Amino acid sequence: NFLRSVLQMFEQYQKARTQFVQMVAELATRPQNIETLQNAGVMSLLRPLLLDVVPTIQQTAALALGRLANYNDDLAEAVVKGDILPQLVYSLAEQNRFYKKAAAFVLRAVGKHSPQLAQAIVDCGALDTLVICLEDFDPGVKEAAVWAIGYIARHNAELSQAVVDAGAVPLLVLCIQEPEIALKRIAASALSDISKHSPELAQTVVDAGAIAHLAQMILNPDSKLKRQVLSALSQVAKHSVDLAEMVVEAEIFPVVLTCLKDKDEYVKKNACTLIREIAKHTPELSQLIVNAGGVAAVIDCIGSCKGNIRLPGIMMLGYVAAHSENLAMAVIISKGVPQLSICLSEEPEDHIKAAAAWALGQIGRHTPEHARAVAVTNTLPVLLALYMSAESSEDLQVKSKKAIKNILQKCTYLPALEPFLYDAPPNILKHVVGQFSKVLPHDSKARRLFVTSGGLKKVQEIKAEPGSLLQEYIHSINNCYPEEIVRYYSPGYSDTLLQRVDSYQPLIN
Amino acid sequence: MATLALLQARQTYVGKQYYYRNNVVNTFREQENAAVVKIQSWFRGCQIRAYLRHLGRAATIIQKWWRSYLGRKQFQLTVKVAYYTMKMNLYNAMAVRIQKRWRGYKVRKYLFNYFYFKEYLRAVSETNDAIREALEEFAEMKEREEKKANLEREERKKNHQARKTHYLLSTNQIPGIYNSPFRKEPDPWELRLQKVKPLTHRKPKVKEEYNTDLTSWLACTSARSFPPSEILPPINRKQCQGPFRDITDVLEQRYKPLEPTLWVTEPINELKLAREQLRREQWVRNVNDNMFFPFASYHKNSKYIPSIHTSSKYGPDSYGKQQFRAENPKKWICDKDFQTVLPSFELFSKYGKLYSKAGEIV
Repeated sequence: NFLRSVLQMFEQYQKARTQFVQMVAELATRPQNIETLQNAGVMSLLRPLLLDVVPTIQQTAALALGRLANYNDDLAEAVVKGDILPQLVYSLAEQNRFYKKAAAFVLRAVGKHSPQLAQAIVDCGALDTLVICLEDFDPGVKEAAVWAIGYIARHNAELSQAVVDAGAVPLLVLCIQEPEIALKRIAASALSDISKHSPELAQTVVDAGAIAHLAQMILNPDSKLKRQVLSALSQVAKHSVDLAEMVVEAEIFPVVLTCLKDKDEYVKKNACTLIREIAKHTPELSQLIVNAGGVAAVIDCIGSCKGNIRLPGIMMLGYVAAHSENLAMAVIISKGVPQLSICLSEEPEDHIKAAAAWALGQIGRHTPEHARAVAVTNTLPVLLALYMSAESSEDLQVKSKKAIKNILQKCTYLPALEPFLYDAPPNILKHVVGQFSKVLPHDSKARRLFVTSGGLKKVQEIKAEPGSLLQEYIHSINNCYPEEIVRYYSPGYSDTLLQRVDSYQPLIN
Repeated sequence: MATLALLQARQTYVGKQYYYRNNVVNTFREQENAAVVKIQSWFRGCQIRAYLRHLGRAATIIQKWWRSYLGRKQFQLTVKVAYYTMKMNLYNAMAVRIQKRWRGYKVRKYLFNYFYFKEYLRAVSETNDAIREALEEFAEMKEREEKKANLEREERKKNHQARKTHYLLSTNQIPGIYNSPFRKEPDPWELRLQKVKPLTHRKPKVKEEYNTDLTSWLACTSARSFPPSEILPPINRKQCQGPFRDITDVLEQRYKPLEPTLWVTEPINELKLAREQLRREQWVRNVNDNMFFPFASYHKNSKYIPSIHTSSKYGPDSYGKQQFRAENPKKWICDKDFQTVLPSFELFSKYGKLYSKAGEIV
């Protein structure tokens, strides 16, 4: 009976510990409790419980620790400083699946905050055990391990390299082929995190044969999985022409375009990003996208969403148009210019406007035909307003100025140019007058129209420094007209006429 | 002398004569001389003129020939040049023709073919239209699917609601709330209620067993958990004075590890635990959770032939197969039957572990 009471005491103690750990884990889920818990010294209390003899307590302690470390990097650092990691790593390989999950959760929570913390995890040798966990039978364990690996690889190229060196990539590729959607998602995101740093890392991902599997999953109905898959593909494709071609060769092309019609905004965004990353490399790849109808789909996609989601699509149009005039023409006939000008005038954010201005500049800079296509949508005044506005950011001003310049230097569509004579600053006026001086000598109708619309008068009013380029342009415009007309329109002509009246001796006979 | 005198006498005469004659001769000679000069001058003039004429004629001839020669030469040259220029013009024209063709060909082939480009742009816009249409269709299809899924979900929800509120169904005697006698037709809910089955009472959930019983942590089965510290007896203890047992014996007894009785250590549901354990072990070895699920669809078409037991209309008899005791679930007060537990024998479990009165270990 005495023994029994002893055991009862043990049991009580165990129950108390369990309860404590469970309570802490529960409290740690709410951010408002964390401060109090931290001040109460929860770290030092949890540490011995992590080494408890009862597996449940260990697991729950790890879970609580993970939740705390998840909250901010101070707590994560406390976990590292408390020498908890080696113990976790040591037991990660041996314990049951619940404990593995909890331990991987702690590693993930610690590693997500900063590269230094992630490096600390790598230094403990956690990667090898995490990689072993990737081969675990239980999908939950795999998921937790993949998650931790992805968070470690996210920070920088060295950490990613460490992950690759631990041999995680082939196992991650196996993980994407698992039936569990959550595991697939996280594995795709981890692959994306690994391949985003450098071409070599992306190449290792490609060598492991990830692209074919990723490409197959584009049609998956789960939109979160689609997001990750598209982001992984775009991270692979962004580095070099070869990698982009590898991605294209997986026959993603008509299929990706369906993602542009997805309900989920981020799927759209990532699909646009993927297309952009492929299009930016070479004219041939852009051509391929144009031939597959990608430009039209992207333009529709831009029309169907708002804000930051549009940005990659806008940039994609710019990249495609920048490659060659034929591609720019293809963008124009896909009705890209009206869409871009809508973006330019509707979007509230400066960086999106800047991207739209840049894209328009890329479209309009090739030939007069292109410039005309841009000018007829009445974009130039908007660009000018953005350039002149004091509210727009510096980048936007620079981009819109460049776009205006690019378009103006090719534009021969005079009705669009004429408003610029009245309200453009001198550095842009120069180009406008230059275009007039090039067109007017060869076009009699335009000459007539130029006089009647008051353009000539305006040109005479411009004060140009003698010897400057502007002066030269004005001179060559004046040469297109008879002298009387030029004089008639030059400022102060009425005064000289009046003076002549004054000085005239009337003939009396 | 006479001659002289004669001569002197004749002197004047002679003188006169001389003068006269001289004069005549002179006159004559002068006349003659003038005539001769005239004749000679005329003759010589004629002669010279003839000569000059001859010379002029000769010069003309020479000049004629020379000039004709020069002229011919010049002409030949002009002809040559003209011929040459004509030839060059022709060649140039031909070259232009060739170059025109070639340049056109080259540009069209390698650089820019307007018609091809036009065609290309047309094709691109066509693909664009096609893609737009296809995507539109795709989006529509997705939307339809989603709508359908939503409808289904709604339907299921309604059905569940109907099952839950099945007691509102009207009976023969009493009309339910959805079947008001004042209405012409019953509410659609009434029909739905008629269709569905009532929800059965949910079985109270059996609480998950807390699977950390004492044995699992006392035994320290896990390799990774920390081993319990072995309690070492104090090293130097002096032998007490008096009729006491050997100190080592006492200490051994005093510090021997905790040995709970069978009553405590053995779980009452040992058999069940053992089964559980066995099942878990087998599950670990399984590749597939559904062991007997056919992998291929070959069996799908084969007709299922039920065994005699199940196919008989009296139903299977569970006695002797599942339990050996008559079960009467109606008499249960909780959701399972009481379990009979046989306690272990106190005597056996304490055997050899206690002091006897005689001081011997029994």
